[in-house]
Amino acid sequence: MELYAPIIGLGLIAFGFAAFSVVMSAVVGPKRYNRAKLDSYECGIEPTPQALGGGKFPVKYYITAMMFIVFDIEIVFLYPWAVYFDAMGLFGLVEMVLFILTVFVAYAYVWKRGGLEWD
Amino acid sequence: MTTLAVSPLLSESVGDFTKPSIEYFDLSPLLIIIGVALAGVIVEAFVPRRLRYVVQTLVAVVGTIAALVMTVFVALGLEPRGDNAGFGAIAAEGAIAVDGPTVFLWGTILVLTLISVFLFAERHLEGGVTAFAGQAAALPGTEAEREASTKGLEHTEVFPLMMFAVAGMLLFPASNDLITMFVALEILSLPLYLLCGLARRRRLLSQEAALKYFMLGAFSSGFFLYGIALVYGYAGSMNLGDIAEAVSGTIGADPLLLGGIGLLAVGLLFKVGAAPFHAWTPDVYQGAPTAVTAFMAACTKVAAFGALLRLFYVGFGAARWDWTPMIWVVAILTMATGCVLALTQSDIKRMLAYSSIAHAGFILTGFVGLNAVATPGTAELTSLQAVLFYLVTYGFMTIGAFAVVTVVRDSSGEATHLSRWSGLGKESPFVAGVFAFFLLGMAGIPLTSGFTGKWAVFTSAWQGGAWPLVVVAALLSAVAAFFYIRVIVLMYFSDPVGEGPTVVMPSVLTTIVIAVGFAATVALGVVPGPVLDLAAHAGQFVR
Repeated sequence: MELYAPIIGLGLIAFGFAAFSVVMSAVVGPKRYNRAKLDSYECGIEPTPQALGGGKFPVKYYITAMMFIVFDIEIVFLYPWAVYFDAMGLFGLVEMVLFILTVFVAYAYVWKRGGLEWD
Repeated sequence: MTTLAVSPLLSESVGDFTKPSIEYFDLSPLLIIIGVALAGVIVEAFVPRRLRYVVQTLVAVVGTIAALVMTVFVALGLEPRGDNAGFGAIAAEGAIAVDGPTVFLWGTILVLTLISVFLFAERHLEGGVTAFAGQAAALPGTEAEREASTKGLEHTEVFPLMMFAVAGMLLFPASNDLITMFVALEILSLPLYLLCGLARRRRLLSQEAALKYFMLGAFSSGFFLYGIALVYGYAGSMNLGDIAEAVSGTIGADPLLLGGIGLLAVGLLFKVGAAPFHAWTPDVYQGAPTAVTAFMAACTKVAAFGALLRLFYVGFGAARWDWTPMIWVVAILTMATGCVLALTQSDIKRMLAYSSIAHAGFILTGFVGLNAVATPGTAELTSLQAVLFYLVTYGFMTIGAFAVVTVVRDSSGEATHLSRWSGLGKESPFVAGVFAFFLLGMAGIPLTSGFTGKWAVFTSAWQGGAWPLVVVAALLSAVAAFFYIRVIVLMYFSDPVGEGPTVVMPSVLTTIVIAVGFAATVALGVVPGPVLDLAAHAGQFVR
C-alpha cells in the first residue's frame, strides 16, 4: 500500500494547488467588475459580434501552414538521413524516396484540389 | 591509416551505426493498406468527380482483399519463437511484432473492414448519394449546403480516411514499442474524428459528436503519453520486451511503474469504451453516420483490445498481481454501466452504444482469465484465445445490427427513436426478424455467436480463478437480456405509432453486410470450433 502513497500524495498536491489558487485569488485578488470582465470567456477584450453570413471568415492560411509543417517534418527526417547516407546505401535511398513520394501525395492533393489558389 | 586521415570523427560514428532493415513480407498487409490509403488520396486529386465514387470503392475493396490474402500468407509463414508457445517474428527493428495474435487480429479487422466498406459505399438509401455530407465545409442550414445537396456532391474522401484508420488499427495491436503504439493510436483516431462529423443528415449532432470524440480522445492520448513517460522512467526503454524484463527483475512494485500502468490503461480503456472512460461512447455512436458507427464500434474495439492485451500480457505480464484488481473493478463497472444505462435509452443507436460498453466489460472478464498455455486436448481456454474469439463474434454482430439500423427510415432519415421501431415486425417481418436475431445474439442466447463468445470468456475467467467476476457477469447478462428482449417485444407485440417506420430496400451492398453478419452469428453459434481452434493456434504473444 505504501507504494501507492507517492501517487496519492501527488494527487493531493495537485488538488491542493488548484484549491489554493482558486481560494487565494478570490480572497486576495482585486475585484474591478466591468462588462468585459463578466463575459463568458473573459479575456479583457470585448468580443466582436458574429460576422454577417453565418460567421464565415477565410481560413486560407491554415492550408499553407499545414503544408509548411508537412515539409518541415520532411526536412527533420532528411537531415539525419543525409548524415548517414553512405552507411545506408541504396536501401536508405529507396526508403527516403518512398517517404518523399508519400509527402508529395499530400502536396498533389492540395494543389489539384485548389488549396493553393489564394483568391 | 587512410581512413583515419579522412575524418576520424565521421568514420568513428559511422562505425557504430548498424544498417536498419525492414521485413517487407511480414508487414505486407499493413503496407498494402497504407498504399491503398495513399492511392485513394491520389484518386481524389486526379480522377474526375463523377468517376471518383466507383474508383474509390474499387480501390478500397481490392486493396482490403489483397491485404487479407497477404495476411493469410504471413500467417502460414510464421515460425515458432521463444519458449512460450509463441509464433512469429519481431519486425521493423523491434517496433512491430508479427505473431499469431497479430495476424489473427489483422484478419479479423480486415474482414470487418471489407464489409464496412460496403456500408460506406451504400448509395441507395439516400437516393443516389452516400450517407456522408455533400460538402463538409458548408455550414449546416445555409445556402451553400442546399447548393451542395442539389448538385449531388459527395465526399469520396471517406474511403482514404477509412483506410488510414485501418492502417492505424492494424499497427495498434502489432506494436511492440510504446511509441509505435502511440503513433498507431493517433493514426487510427484522427481519421475517425473526422469521419464522425461527416453525416449527411442531422449534421449538428454529428459535428457535436466529432468534437466531443476529438476533445476526449486528445485528453486520453495525453494520459497515454504521460504513462509512456513514467514507464520509460521506470524501465529505461520503450520496448515491450525490455519493459517486461525490467518488471520481472524488480522485487515489489515501483510507484513509477504503477503510475505508468494506470495511465497507459486509461488511454487504452478509453478507446475500448470501458467505464469510467465510456462517457463519449453513446454521444459519438449516436451522432456519427451509422456506417462509421458500425466500423468504429467493431474495428476500433478489436484493435484496441489487441493493444491492451499485448501491452499488459507482454509488457506488464510479471506485474499481473498489481493490475488484476484494477481490471476487476473496471470490468464490473463497465458491465454494470452498460447493462443498467442501456435500460433507460430511447434511441436505438444509443442503446447499441451502451450494449457495446457492456460487451467491453464482458471481454475484460476474459482478459483476467487463464493466462498460461492451455493443455491441448482439454477444455482449457486461455484468456487470449477467449478474447480473440469474442472479438470476432462481437464484430460481426455489431456491424450487422448497425447495418439494419441504416435501413429503417422515415422522411427525416434513419428512424433511430425506439418508439419508431414499434410494430416493425408487422411492417417488415424479415428485417425485424434479422434484427431480433442480432439482439438475441448480443444477449447471449444459445445457438448464436453471442452465447459461444460469452461461454469462452466466462470459462477462461473461471479457470483463471476469477469466479466472483464470472458470477457478476452472468447476473448482468441477465439484466442485459432484458433490454434486448424489450426491443424485440416492441417490434412484434406493439402497434405502430402514427405512420410507423418504413424499411427502405437497400442496394446489394448493405444486403451483403447484413447477410454476412447474420451468417457469421449463426455459424459461430452453431459450430464455433474452427474459429476457436484458429484462436488457439494463434498461440501466445512473442516478445
